[in-house]
Amino acid sequence: MKKALFSVALAFCLSAMNLNAQPPLENYFSPATKEAATPDNEGFIRRWTLLEPITKPNRSNTVFTDSYLREAFSQEYFKNQFTMVPKDGQKVKAKCQVEVRQPMPAAPAPGAGGPNRPARPAGAPGAGPGAGGPGAGAPMMMGFRGMGPAQVKDTIETLVWHKYDSKLYNNKLFRLASGLKKTVYGVMFWAVTTIECDEDIENVRMAVGSNSGSMWWLNGEEAVLLSGDRRMVADDVISDRLTLKKGKNIVRGVVINGPGMSDFCLRFLDEDGKPVKGIRIL
Amino acid sequence: MKKILLASLCAMNCALSFGQIGAPFIHDPSTVMECEGKYYTFGTGGGGLISDDGWSWHSGAERPGGGAAPDAIKIGDRYLIIYGATGGGLGGGHAGKIYTMWNKTLDPKSPDFKFSEPIEVTGSEVDEDCDAIDPGVLLAPDGRMWLSYGTYFGFIRIVELDPKTGARVAGNVAKDIAIDCEATDLIYHNGWYYLLGTHGTCCDGVNSTYNIVVGRSRNVTGPYLDNMGRDMIKGGGKMLVGAWGRRTGAGHFGRMVLEEGVEKFSCHYEADYDQGGRSVLAVQPLMWKNDWPVAGENLKNGTYAIISERRGYSLEMSVDFVRQQAGGGMMGMFGRNNAEPAKPLDFQNLDEVKSTWPEGKTRVRIGDYMFRPHQKWAIVGVPEKGGTLDNPYFKIVIEGTDRALTANSECEVETAAYTGADEQLWRIDQLTDGTYRIMPKAVPGTDKKLALISAGDSTPTLGKFDFSSDNSKWNLKLVNDGSKN
Repeated sequence: MKKALFSVALAFCLSAMNLNAQPPLENYFSPATKEAATPDNEGFIRRWTLLEPITKPNRSNTVFTDSYLREAFSQEYFKNQFTMVPKDGQKVKAKCQVEVRQPMPAAPAPGAGGPNRPARPAGAPGAGPGAGGPGAGAPMMMGFRGMGPAQVKDTIETLVWHKYDSKLYNNKLFRLASGLKKTVYGVMFWAVTTIECDEDIENVRMAVGSNSGSMWWLNGEEAVLLSGDRRMVADDVISDRLTLKKGKNIVRGVVINGPGMSDFCLRFLDEDGKPVKGIRIL
Repeated sequence: MKKILLASLCAMNCALSFGQIGAPFIHDPSTVMECEGKYYTFGTGGGGLISDDGWSWHSGAERPGGGAAPDAIKIGDRYLIIYGATGGGLGGGHAGKIYTMWNKTLDPKSPDFKFSEPIEVTGSEVDEDCDAIDPGVLLAPDGRMWLSYGTYFGFIRIVELDPKTGARVAGNVAKDIAIDCEATDLIYHNGWYYLLGTHGTCCDGVNSTYNIVVGRSRNVTGPYLDNMGRDMIKGGGKMLVGAWGRRTGAGHFGRMVLEEGVEKFSCHYEADYDQGGRSVLAVQPLMWKNDWPVAGENLKNGTYAIISERRGYSLEMSVDFVRQQAGGGMMGMFGRNNAEPAKPLDFQNLDEVKSTWPEGKTRVRIGDYMFRPHQKWAIVGVPEKGGTLDNPYFKIVIEGTDRALTANSECEVETAAYTGADEQLWRIDQLTDGTYRIMPKAVPGTDKKLALISAGDSTPTLGKFDFSSDNSKWNLKLVNDGSKN
């Protein structure tokens, strides 16, 4: 029976895209310099240490409810994920997921679904993330011709942290993945940066946009959650009033995406909504 | 028991009538003045009304001199009251005199309350085509003061007064600027002078057709043209407000500029159907469109979507989005028989989702409006909690629940069980551009005057109101979805 299984890792049809044809990584990122960086003219923070994508298959972003994201982001994918301040090139062993499929035993009955769309009730095994949960009933992506329902299988992958300065105000995570020839869809990206302040800066707000869902922490405290099938918009979700303390502050985030062009942008705004610039990014 | 029943009926009536409460009975109210935290207006025949909050009114203001349709203006630290000493044609003749007098305060209980000797500033003789009553006054941006007056009997005229003395400027000659109206007022906005007059039938209760019309001019002395280019001296005038709702006969305009972007106008309605047809004071929002004044309405109880002017998203309780199973759209194309008749779908209702909502306090955010229960806000006046110039305070709850929009001590917003506390009562002002400002009556732990604002596209908070920023503005759209909730 096992031999009959036809495994398909990285099951999204688009993951089969020709990564060699993608624009190079250096169009979007450059290695971080040793000198401290500053926010750009609009206050966006461009220096981040980014972990290669953790694969976590989702065929639709409509499952990204608050509850789903809180549950997904509370799981441990790699050791010390909520405390480590990674260095460039540092490796971690991360818990990833891949979809495994088996061939369809028979053609779908006429009218049971569209072309390439196997019929399966919501909540049935393999019905996809969110089945029976908050996102139950989410539309399914078309599957592979002749393939059956997918099952998710855990794997352990060795992933590398990359410390980059983005050439754009935002951080094109999709291009990080494609540039490193990694999986681009159904993925989760972790990001960390260190902000140094000369004095306490009170009543600032963390302003984040992300494609798709994401969660961000400042010095270990949750600051914002971006839920839903979300596109990246600058200053989309804003935290409560925070304090950037004198010395080092750690900003940590995680972005999750199904079939989307992952990216994020982040800056801090003062009480008047003006960007905070008088900080250093290490 | 009868008292309780009466109180209940009054509360219901007040909530539904959307007009000033208490005893707001007056005819020809002068422009509402604020003095030492209270509001005052004077009417025809002497006397006037007082209010502690602008919403609930009672008699008690004092103005000597009698006559018809006074006006008032604050200049420096003094109040100038202008009044016609006669009753015009209603008194049997058209000879009249208009007087001005000063007072340091409008509070009759104040030791400083004392009117100066009246000064005659203009008048009309019995054989003139003018009836010198119904004065309205403007202090122009250049510091000059102007007075319009008159009735249907002949011309509306304008004269210049000295803002330091309240007397007529020496040598000034009256100029005719309009006909066919009365109870006029002059205002200035964005380079234009406006003459507002009252047209139609006065003083006939529910049958009064009184309505307020307007023309504008680049010069304070006219000509005042309406939106069709017709001179008000030929009877022109664009209607600002007439009969609406359960009130008829709008007359005697007065303007209040509370701050940039927040303006109100006062008038009387000849008859309020909810007040036995009595003549009542009204205060409503004043808006501007293409440099024409537009009358806003007192906000009505209802279920609204609260839409941010910033992005266009809708205020909502932060709960999981629960997908509807109806499907449809592109995904339903495959295998669908389009020859079959399409059946209407029901909206998602509260019972389908409320069990998925967390108990207790829940934060609020802004998101795509999708007619979902966590986005439908019942805005209901709470007149027993007081109010402001043109509305009672409102509670804002998720429709069908007691989850009330609440300002918290972190100057953020959340929903919490409604208790009637000040942080759950909201002042709602329609702004001059038609959008709304939404402000909590109080914010725990601070005396700051804060408003509901957009901190980001998807995040509301409490902050300083800024009319120049769309972050400070909201649109209220009545939810009329035809659902079976």
